[in-house]
Amino acid sequence: MNRKLRELIVKSILLFCASSSLIFLAGIVIVLFTQGLPILKYVGIGEFLFGTHWYPTHEHAEFGILPMIYGSLIITLGALIFAAPLGILSALYIAEVAPFWLKEIMKPIVELLACIPSVVYGLFGVLLIAPIVQKLFNLPIGLTAFSAAIILGIMVLPTVTSIVEDALSSIPKEYKEAAFAVGATRWETMTRITLPAAASGISTALILGIGRAIGETMAILMVAGGSARIVLSFLKPVRAMTSTIAAEMAETVMGSEHYYALFGIAIVLFIMTLCFNFIADRISCQFHKKFTATR
Amino acid sequence: MRKLFILGVILSVGLFAQKLTIQGSTTVLPIAQYAAEVYMDNNPEADITIRGGGSGTGIAALIDGATDIADASRPMKTKEMKKAREKGVNPVANIIARDGIAVIVHPDNSLNEISKEDLKKIYTGEIAKWNKIGRGSGTIVVISRDAASGTFETFNKLALDKAKVTDGALMLVSNLEVARIVAQTPGAIGYVGLGYLSDEVKALKADGIIPSEETVRNETYPLARPLFMYTNGSPGGLAKDFIDFIMSKQGQKIVQEAGFVPVK
Repeated sequence: MNRKLRELIVKSILLFCASSSLIFLAGIVIVLFTQGLPILKYVGIGEFLFGTHWYPTHEHAEFGILPMIYGSLIITLGALIFAAPLGILSALYIAEVAPFWLKEIMKPIVELLACIPSVVYGLFGVLLIAPIVQKLFNLPIGLTAFSAAIILGIMVLPTVTSIVEDALSSIPKEYKEAAFAVGATRWETMTRITLPAAASGISTALILGIGRAIGETMAILMVAGGSARIVLSFLKPVRAMTSTIAAEMAETVMGSEHYYALFGIAIVLFIMTLCFNFIADRISCQFHKKFTATR
Repeated sequence: MRKLFILGVILSVGLFAQKLTIQGSTTVLPIAQYAAEVYMDNNPEADITIRGGGSGTGIAALIDGATDIADASRPMKTKEMKKAREKGVNPVANIIARDGIAVIVHPDNSLNEISKEDLKKIYTGEIAKWNKIGRGSGTIVVISRDAASGTFETFNKLALDKAKVTDGALMLVSNLEVARIVAQTPGAIGYVGLGYLSDEVKALKADGIIPSEETVRNETYPLARPLFMYTNGSPGGLAKDFIDFIMSKQGQKIVQEAGFVPVK
């Protein structure tokens, strides 16, 4: 009896802990939607998502968030262009080429990169990257989508590298052994066997990297410049969705149209991140199926 | 028994300590913070908590009864006034200091003076090159504070007659950030509170008048604003005492040391 009771108590405690994240998530979703949806009373959903003017505090206020969606996407794209090849190749080196002792040093160093607070990256961007970009391209100002993309790329690098490295390491040894057995060189094995076999792991890494990049706030706020204008160039200041929320939420009047609009941006951001995570989940699910089937 | 005694001591101290909460504008924050430190040194029984968060947040807290004093770098809006009345709160404005907004450029810029008219044209995007106002060459990098800040609102009203700022403007989050970016960008123009002027940037005369303590106090400088501490009703108790302290000679000296202009 006593033992059964104890088991029941332990079970319910565990259940409570396990469901706590679910409760938090539900709370966040409820707050987000109750605070964000009222913006649709003031502007239509089309005007909100595709409007190109953001004048939230003006007498004739306009709440078009397209420049911010564009800003977030172009910075994220730039970060990916920077981080994808670098991350995949360094993972390949760590997993396939590096001797054991070097691997043991390099893995923690890459992971250390993920521990640096984002405000430090921001300072690094403002004080070092932006002036260099300004000089290099002879720009009027160095706070651009390009500078932000580089900073964000560095921040995403550990995510991409460690997930790709995990994917590469989890490929069954038999694959490579078979390739060597038929006389393939190390390079051929890497490009024809290992990389394709890890393709879905690599896709997962990139999509999670995108999710990480699109949600980043502080560094982007400091480095991207913050013009809410769509200019099809990497070398112009842009403004991301996250930065807009961070910059304007503190000073806005609670319960105003502007306040609802900022929560509206948060909803859009939430849905986008959710989609990326969902896609990453699906891909990694297939990845597992594939390998459990071959084993 | 001993535990009970300690608990009793803690409770009684808690009862006798006077508590005051101040929340609001980050512009007013340094004044409130420094004044509170000096005040608590003089009155050890006072316990003052200070939070930033911005004018809007402070006023909302005052309306909700979550703070005794709301710092604001702008007057309350009619909407906020209405909401306060609905909740039975009667906000009273106390002007504790004045703040001038200085238009700044890079020290290498040969410009010394700007008319309000040109300033407006630059900030609305009508003029985009320096040679259009006869100085130097290259693109004007327009730098502004973010649209929700009190500084932006004041500048927008005083300098731009509420016109829309060009969407090409860089919207930065703090006075310090604006000053830093202008200091490292030769083509930039920006605006900051008087307290943020340094040798690294050049302050321009606006309509022929130098931004200085004197011109802000005698209200000849066109880009100046009062700073407020709002209370619910006429201040009483610790809130009254604290505001009286800021208005005293010692308090106004603190205002000056924090980079603002005393009201007296």
